[in-house]
Amino acid sequence: MTEGEKVSQASYEPSPAAKISSFVLLAIFVMLVVAIMALFLSYGAYASGNYDVAAALLIIGFIGVASCSYVLFQTRQRLIRLRIEVPPITTTIECRKCGFKTVRAFQRGDYIFKEVDVCQKCNEKMLITAIYREVREKGKKPLPF
Amino acid sequence: MNIAPILSTLSRQLFEVPGWDIFSQILMYAIYIFIFISLFYGQRLQFHIWLKEVEGSLYKLKYIRDEGRKIAIEAIKEIGKPQTDPTPRVDRFLEYFTITPQSLDPAGIVWKLEHILDVRDARFKDEVKLLAPSADETQVNNLENTLEAAMALNYIYKVIRHYFLLGKKTLSLYIIMQIQMILPLVMREAEAYASALKAFAYGQPIGDGVGALVAAKLMHGYPVRKVPKDCVVATVPIEGRTAYVIKAEGPGGNVGKPGDAIKTIIEENEGKIATIIMIDAALKLEGEEVGEVAEGVGAAIGGPGVDQFKIEETILKYRIPINAVIIKEDIGDAVSPMRREIFEAADKAIERIKQLILEKTKEGDRVIICGVGNTIGIGQ
Repeated sequence: MTEGEKVSQASYEPSPAAKISSFVLLAIFVMLVVAIMALFLSYGAYASGNYDVAAALLIIGFIGVASCSYVLFQTRQRLIRLRIEVPPITTTIECRKCGFKTVRAFQRGDYIFKEVDVCQKCNEKMLITAIYREVREKGKKPLPF
Repeated sequence: MNIAPILSTLSRQLFEVPGWDIFSQILMYAIYIFIFISLFYGQRLQFHIWLKEVEGSLYKLKYIRDEGRKIAIEAIKEIGKPQTDPTPRVDRFLEYFTITPQSLDPAGIVWKLEHILDVRDARFKDEVKLLAPSADETQVNNLENTLEAAMALNYIYKVIRHYFLLGKKTLSLYIIMQIQMILPLVMREAEAYASALKAFAYGQPIGDGVGALVAAKLMHGYPVRKVPKDCVVATVPIEGRTAYVIKAEGPGGNVGKPGDAIKTIIEENEGKIATIIMIDAALKLEGEEVGEVAEGVGAAIGGPGVDQFKIEETILKYRIPINAVIIKEDIGDAVSPMRREIFEAADKAIERIKQLILEKTKEGDRVIICGVGNTIGIGQ
């Protein structure tokens, strides 16, 4: 096995951060079992004409199932959030002579004020004039104070 | 004696409330149990909840640290093309430390600190050159910055792990409580360093470089010369004045020594400088807009304080007024790829500088404009 293969294999190993705590999983499982049992009991109570108990068990069962789903969903969200995000970076290239502008994704080796390709319009050397990332802030409300 | 009937009667008397249905009774006892647990085990429960929270964050920190290390190693392999596996050397690099000078007798401590920092810098550069023999000067600077970010992540992870284990070992609520309270800020910083890693590895401009960007925009198209240490200066005519525009030499990751550069220019001009304007990124307060430009007086420069000290010493000697223009951003923006708002703030800062020059100096005066910050991804 070459060194490169070793490295790529190592990178596929699940990181400890990607594991869900067994304690949390057990708690969710127990809660789910209790909730499902409550739903079954609710059916039994309803069948035997005990409507109040049936209603109470039904509520308990639904709350239990909903809580378990929520906790599982949250855990999954946390795992998604664990990835290091690489924001898209754009490079703006401009012709200083005719003002022709192109925007492309950042490439390794780009830097502001680097001379790059020749302008399509006037054959002059073009210049990188901007490198930045755009951040879209979702639903940001203006502060009232 | 048969104890079972007695226990049964006792339990009936204790636990069964006449007239109450079984659910109400269960609920009542659940409340009793809850109150009992809260009274006697509340603090311990809270301790375990906090411990779990810190543990969760510690997993995340470990993941970020490992990713950082992986990115650094991959960047070294890709750029530096080393003959041997750089992993053990990178691991050793991540554990480097710097001992600051003794401050019992603070006189002259700045020079001692500067010397220690110079030694550290030289050591880091040598180490990176050994790790990445094929890298050019710009790439060496970028890799050094990448490794420094990985080092910061390693340090954050180790410190949090230390207090977590210490709190767990001593069952000290107060240790765990303190980490749990500062954890959101620590995580924010760690996430910022994580995004910085990629930026450094690819040589992308970062938010902290906005000061250098302002200087680069002002000096672009004019001849530049090198000044100590790792800085460049260009003589630029602005509004009928002669401006000496200084920045760290780019496009590699470099902050230079603006203190030395400013001192050199002042001494070259025998102190005949009408004003100094420093431009730097500054941490914003929550609620302030990213890319807001503000103006003030004083030496706008961060870091360990050596450069600020040198600038203040020199301007005091020649009685030169000093102004500062800052561009506001948070810690995450400062070390991650430059945001559009920050990039656009550079033009606003240039307008402020021109206004300042018009207001504070007269035609024919000489001024120094110094753009402070990491010039990674910014040429001149």
